[in-house]
Amino acid sequence: MSNKDAYWAKTKNHMIVTLVLWAFFSLVIFMFGTELNTMSFLGYPLAYYMTAQGSLLAFVVMLFWTANKQEKIDEEHGFSEREED
Amino acid sequence: MDFKGGFIKNLPKIYGLYTGGFAVFILIMAIAEQAGVSAKNIGVMFVAFTVLIYALIGYLSRTIQVDAYYVAGRQVPTVFNGMATAADWMSGASFVALAGGVYFGGYTYMAFLVGWTGGYVLVATLMAPYLRKFGCYTVPDFIGTRYGGNLVRACAVFVLFIASFTYVTAQINATGTIASRALGIPFEAGVWVGLISILICSMLGGMRAVTWTQVAQYIVLIIAYLIPVFWISNKVGGGVFPHLMLGDEVARLGELEQQFGLVKNSAADMKAAGVPGGLKYISGTHSGVPEGGMAVWKYLSLAICMMVGTASLPHILMRYFTTPSVRAARKSVAWSLFFIFLLYSSAPMLATLSKLALMDPNLPTGIIGKSISDVQSIEWVQRWSEVKQVFIADFNGDGILQLNEWFMRGDVVVLATPEVAGLPFVISGLVFAGGMAAAMSTADGLVLAISNALSHDIYYKIIDPKADTAKRLLVARVLLVIIGAAGAYIASFRLTSILGSVAWAFDFAMSGLFFPLVLGVWWKRATRQGAIAGIMAGIISGTVYLTWVFPKFSVPIWGGVNTPFLGIDHLRFGLIGAPICLVVMVVVSLMTKEPDAATQKMVDDTRIPTGKAILGKQH
Repeated sequence: MSNKDAYWAKTKNHMIVTLVLWAFFSLVIFMFGTELNTMSFLGYPLAYYMTAQGSLLAFVVMLFWTANKQEKIDEEHGFSEREED
Repeated sequence: MDFKGGFIKNLPKIYGLYTGGFAVFILIMAIAEQAGVSAKNIGVMFVAFTVLIYALIGYLSRTIQVDAYYVAGRQVPTVFNGMATAADWMSGASFVALAGGVYFGGYTYMAFLVGWTGGYVLVATLMAPYLRKFGCYTVPDFIGTRYGGNLVRACAVFVLFIASFTYVTAQINATGTIASRALGIPFEAGVWVGLISILICSMLGGMRAVTWTQVAQYIVLIIAYLIPVFWISNKVGGGVFPHLMLGDEVARLGELEQQFGLVKNSAADMKAAGVPGGLKYISGTHSGVPEGGMAVWKYLSLAICMMVGTASLPHILMRYFTTPSVRAARKSVAWSLFFIFLLYSSAPMLATLSKLALMDPNLPTGIIGKSISDVQSIEWVQRWSEVKQVFIADFNGDGILQLNEWFMRGDVVVLATPEVAGLPFVISGLVFAGGMAAAMSTADGLVLAISNALSHDIYYKIIDPKADTAKRLLVARVLLVIIGAAGAYIASFRLTSILGSVAWAFDFAMSGLFFPLVLGVWWKRATRQGAIAGIMAGIISGTVYLTWVFPKFSVPIWGGVNTPFLGIDHLRFGLIGAPICLVVMVVVSLMTKEPDAATQKMVDDTRIPTGKAILGKQH
């Protein structure tokens, strides 16, 4: 497997992991809204909290994490851009 | 001011000074209010001052270079591009109507919040870095080059036009509404004032001017949103940091809902009482989750449409063409969402505080459960009643205001809560400036997305590939004015109601663009014929379904009102268009010859961050 193919395989896996997390916070937890709402977090009913703030925050954290991880994959395979942002 | 390298390095300083200057302006207005300047004049000064600043930035960013005009010279730093995207994204509707939506819709409505943020995960993982590497100027530019040929390019422009134009009329409408209220001029005049402000910001400098005004607009809109939220929270005892401390208030709302009872009014009662159109009352719970599989599906399907739509909207995707590198594009998506999060996570808090302020009889601001004659003598109630934004109907005739007897327009939550909570008017002036910034920044981005696609993809790539730079930029600017004027013309006749909801833009975009964009990067086997068939099948089936399910269209076209298939109503028609687009695209691609070696290599190169862009710096 060439370096490019190996890089793309890793990138693809990383994409899938990110999308699984994404689906969990955007879809899966809201399938159980009624159940979650019986629990509480910071005094808020949990499902209410997740849709008002929790999932949104999870997406923000996820995006910084995913960008950093992808940068590491770039570096490992020598595809890291030199110029700085 | 020198706008080359020196400008980019000095950005934090420049926008720091700008923010400081804006803070000083707010203070001066506060002093002016104490000195007896009328509320109306303060509103006028807020809007006029901020719009003048944007116009100045637009003028200073003028350019005669193609890559500056289309992609801001690809030198916008990560964090600033994040702010610009956040302003581009958060429309007048987000700013003015989001909290109102949560106020009336509670948990169910908040599927929009998840949808409008979660979509950025798709943007970051599937789209932005690859489109940035590709080096395109517009979204159809990617589709046209990846699949090859003018027809597929034109198809992409077609979808872009439908989606963005649906959106832009609503934005110009919002600009007009805010301008007319703040400046005290008729709505029709407000629309044209709004349009001129939008064009000054974008015409001379294209993407470069829009970028730097959007950053300035983000700063104004976020200050204008957060100050009232924190201030009101402290004033009504919600705590210093409302986002973490409103648990008790949410629980209290549940108790109050029990106490007052959630009553549904009959349509006949409301008609008899003469409730003005567009005004709503609270009939659902704030934090409760509705029971049943259909309710869950309604929530999920709306979130899916908004997420996939977000990842397909050209005016958002094109913001990531302006970063200096692929890795900057990825980080920039994260910063965008962070800046969006600041406002979106505050909207439910504002809705909670606003609801509590009106409903809690223990608070001096409470009106529910009080005598109607007392409520009618409150100053803000009188002022907003005059303009038909709030309304009282004593259905049971007991002279006491019940929860189901208090009607108001969703916008009032953002526009009037500062007044209700007794904040000085300077805050209301600030809110007007924020609403104007939000509506203008989105309208700018949309008008530019449409006119760039027409000037680059249709005019330059298809009609006259030999046109020189001066001619290309002239055409781009003329089209910008035409598109803006067309949007304003439709908005000024208040025809926007026939264009329906802003959500439609998301459904149109996901029906025709999502899979052609994703598969263009992630599936080498996708062919030109597949893309053409997929785009057209998606957009046509989605649109036909929309006409079938939306009563205003279905009655004249299909001769009756139809029950939505599987609960897929007019807000969710992308769920019909996008899967059809996918299936058709895959089937047709597999039936046609696989793309040639050059195209396959192009896709390979798109996938890695380093190396030359597919399209040159000037193309």
